[in-house]
Amino acid sequence: MSEATIPPGAQAPIFYETDEHHHDAGGSTMLGFWLYLMSDCLIFAMLFAAYGVFGSSYAGGPQPHEIFELPLVALNTSMLLFSSITYGFAMLAMNDGKVRSVQGWLAITGLFGLAFLTIELYEFSNLIHEGFGPQRSAFLSSFFTLVGTHGLHVTFGLVWLVTLMVQVGTKGLIPANQRRLQCLSLFWHFLDVIWIGVFTFVYLLGVLR
Amino acid sequence: MSADTHGHGHDDHAAEGAHGTRKDYVIGFVLSVILTAIPFGLVMSGVIADARITAGIVMVFALVQIIVHMIYFLHMNSKSENGWTLMALIFTIIVVTICLAGSLWVMYHMNANMMPSMAPGDMGGM
Amino acid sequence: MSDSFLKTIFGRLTLESFPIHEPILIATFAGVAVGGVAVLAALTWFKLWGYLWKEWFTSVDHKKIGIMYMVLGIVMLLRGFADALMMRAQQAMAFGANDGFLPAHHYDQVFTAHGVIMIFFVAMPFVTGLMNYVVPLQIGARDVSFPFLNNFSFWMTAAGAAIVMMSLFVGEFARTGWLAMAPLSGLDYSPDVGVDYYIWALQIAGVGTLLSGVNLLATIIKMRAPGMGLMKMPIFTWSALATNVLIVAAFPVLTAVLAMLSLDRYVGTHFFTNTMGGNPMMYVNMIWIWGHPEVYILILPLFGVFSEVTSTFSGKRLFGYTSMVYALLVITILAYLVWLHHFFTMGSGASVNSFFGITTMIISIPTGAKIFNWLFTMYKGRIRFELPMMWTIAFMITFVIGGMTGVLLAVPPADFVLHNSLFLIAHFHNVIIGGVLFGTFAGLNYWFPKAFGFKLDKFWGTISFWFWVVGFYVAFMPLYVLGLMGVTRRLRHFDDPSLQIWFIIAAIGAVLIAIGIAALLIQFYVSFRNREALRDTTGDPWNGRSLEWATSSPPPAYNFAFTPVVHDLDAWYDMKSQKAVRPVDGFRAIHMPRNTGTGVILAGLSAVIGVAMIWYMWWLAILGFVALLGVAIVHTFNYDRDYYIPADEVTAVENARTTQLAPAMVGGA
Repeated sequence: MSEATIPPGAQAPIFYETDEHHHDAGGSTMLGFWLYLMSDCLIFAMLFAAYGVFGSSYAGGPQPHEIFELPLVALNTSMLLFSSITYGFAMLAMNDGKVRSVQGWLAITGLFGLAFLTIELYEFSNLIHEGFGPQRSAFLSSFFTLVGTHGLHVTFGLVWLVTLMVQVGTKGLIPANQRRLQCLSLFWHFLDVIWIGVFTFVYLLGVLR
Repeated sequence: MSADTHGHGHDDHAAEGAHGTRKDYVIGFVLSVILTAIPFGLVMSGVIADARITAGIVMVFALVQIIVHMIYFLHMNSKSENGWTLMALIFTIIVVTICLAGSLWVMYHMNANMMPSMAPGDMGGM
Repeated sequence: MSDSFLKTIFGRLTLESFPIHEPILIATFAGVAVGGVAVLAALTWFKLWGYLWKEWFTSVDHKKIGIMYMVLGIVMLLRGFADALMMRAQQAMAFGANDGFLPAHHYDQVFTAHGVIMIFFVAMPFVTGLMNYVVPLQIGARDVSFPFLNNFSFWMTAAGAAIVMMSLFVGEFARTGWLAMAPLSGLDYSPDVGVDYYIWALQIAGVGTLLSGVNLLATIIKMRAPGMGLMKMPIFTWSALATNVLIVAAFPVLTAVLAMLSLDRYVGTHFFTNTMGGNPMMYVNMIWIWGHPEVYILILPLFGVFSEVTSTFSGKRLFGYTSMVYALLVITILAYLVWLHHFFTMGSGASVNSFFGITTMIISIPTGAKIFNWLFTMYKGRIRFELPMMWTIAFMITFVIGGMTGVLLAVPPADFVLHNSLFLIAHFHNVIIGGVLFGTFAGLNYWFPKAFGFKLDKFWGTISFWFWVVGFYVAFMPLYVLGLMGVTRRLRHFDDPSLQIWFIIAAIGAVLIAIGIAALLIQFYVSFRNREALRDTTGDPWNGRSLEWATSSPPPAYNFAFTPVVHDLDAWYDMKSQKAVRPVDGFRAIHMPRNTGTGVILAGLSAVIGVAMIWYMWWLAILGFVALLGVAIVHTFNYDRDYYIPADEVTAVENARTTQLAPAMVGGA
């Protein structure tokens, strides 16, 4: 701060930063993305609220214990859990600067995500074929919307993941890409947290009802 | 995701506080598996006869698992971003609680007062 | 060509969708078309397209984006106010045998459009615009955290506005009231495109609002000048912080509710239907969970403006700064605990109503504290009655009346009498016009010289002020009376002739406000014509106290050549009183974000998707969505998003300012 302009009179405070050091670009990115996730959290909160209110409005249609297959849900949950730890390994590889390894773990994560989506779509299509689609009752409307919105998020996560695999491949693990990987990490683990709410409140408590 | 122009916080390093160790991830994963398996097991086997007790236990497990994920996977702590992430999270939890509990409370009373034929527990619908 | 082929291409858009049989709309369309062609021709003639595209539309500069928000707000104010005039005219004449000039079908669209436009496309752009322009300057930053996102947010808001405007000439707008309450807004009762226009306009604009909220929050948290701790933040920035917290935590609720409503309409789910277990009351509940915080999203930034203005024009530090901050925080939390007071009469019973009645009364306390703080700031101050201060005083008087009628409505038994009456209409116009609009005009007159380098003309500003304020009272006091007499809102025709006089008075008030708006436009024109005489060379025309006055008017693209260091709450006042010297050499290259057209393209594609969904042109919606995703992904492959303003250029700009400041001898030098 040697160049700082000092007004007449000793020990006057410095009023201008004349010797600015270079700041990291993207210093707000993680915080900004976290704030976005918080807002996303509220979308899910409203969907959960809707499920809470409509969860027993069967309109003469099926009830949760008649249509939910817990083994399938358990399998699905494990897919998401595995994808969490593999994404974690991708992040560790990123910290070590290993491009190939990052891409590999991302690919595995993506496959688990894809498996999750496939199982979910299988469940949905079964329900719809049996005539228990979202139009059947308010309960099913809120069920499909809540679980479907989560699935939609996973889908976008996958698109993002593939994009990042390409970008890491072409540009390497530059700071911008590291930031993006961290954002996706937050997103991916955030979806896990939402899924905990889904399997507990929708499936497990639904079957118990 | 756009580039930032000159943050002035002197603590803003992209990688700061956002990565766990291998050990963290493994601990988190093992805990999650346990915390997922037990509630599924309880509900699927039906070992506890009273559904209410099972429901209570399942919810507690969910809560604990959410915290485990927050700590081991999302690396939440009071230091990242000078505590702003934690602050945002706490605020969000408050608002989410208000919205969820409030909606259920309000709608329960609405249904009880305005739709007597649709009292909760009833077969809903028309 | 077969019918089904046309249906595949155009969905439900047919020749009948164009309202060629409605003379009012034809005349409006002709007017808009002639005006639009004239503007386009002028832009082409003066070769302004390139300039607008390069310097404005694609700009990521928070100052330009802020100005564009304000322009959008003013343009939409004209549209929303035209709707208001039509309603006032209709209600003033439609008594007994006279059916007025608006058919019911059209009248219902007018009052819906008026509400939607005034809240989402006038008030929101105004507050977002002010925050966008002022916050980075006040905290000594060079731009916001995510400049590209800022540009994108603006265009999403503009796209939403464009969709609402389109409904005027293609198809129709919702006939449901501004919150599109279910089940009326469901497919059973509103099968036409009106509600779909409503949904897609709000969803698209909502994305913009949410992202701009995230952006400003990150900016305030991360980019404050060195030394600016939280309790040294200017009060307007504090109110912006509270506002954006509310935006980030409330707009997702609106998104979710509207998404569920669209699922009801497009997929046939049963959230808010009367059948199959659906429950319309849940829609009311959820939309007000967003709706009440929204009220504070609108008013809090203006509370910030009034605080800045009162302090500056009283020549005193703001009284009770700390209590102001705590009041803001308390309001931020309490805003989430009062939503049910909007539907006391729906039947949640005594316990629920009492709870929300009491929280509503409690939330008026921090607001009242703020009024007292402003009064104490003025007390023993050397008050200068410039335009911003005049608006602030008008606000204090008006808002207190509106606030008290609000507390009256917070009492559930009183609300049972007054709910849905014109008393309620008078109440919320009392606080929204008296608070949000008066505040916007205070802010506009206050920061205009900062943005453009010359003050606004005081004569025409004063005319506008008096017509607005008097017009407001003449227009809305009769509505209080009518409401107490039991007249309900949204009526198109009346039988009791004794009511007519009040509606005529209200219509006269609307005409006075119209003159006020005209005077505002004349004020802009006259000020621009006399800009040399009104020129501000100092950058500090009002003897201001916060950092935005430390730079030139208008500020350079980079805002501050050297980042200011903050030692006191009133940072610029502190610098002036300690005779801080502005550095005149040693300038360096400055790192800045690059302009990009991606935001315009993405928002344009979103509008295309919205319109395609409204008209059931599924192919176009899918195509638009794929294109949107594609453009977004391609954009992420562009890593080259910033550049350096060379040191020479910075030096040249700053030397010009040094020369400009030399005769004035203000700002330390």
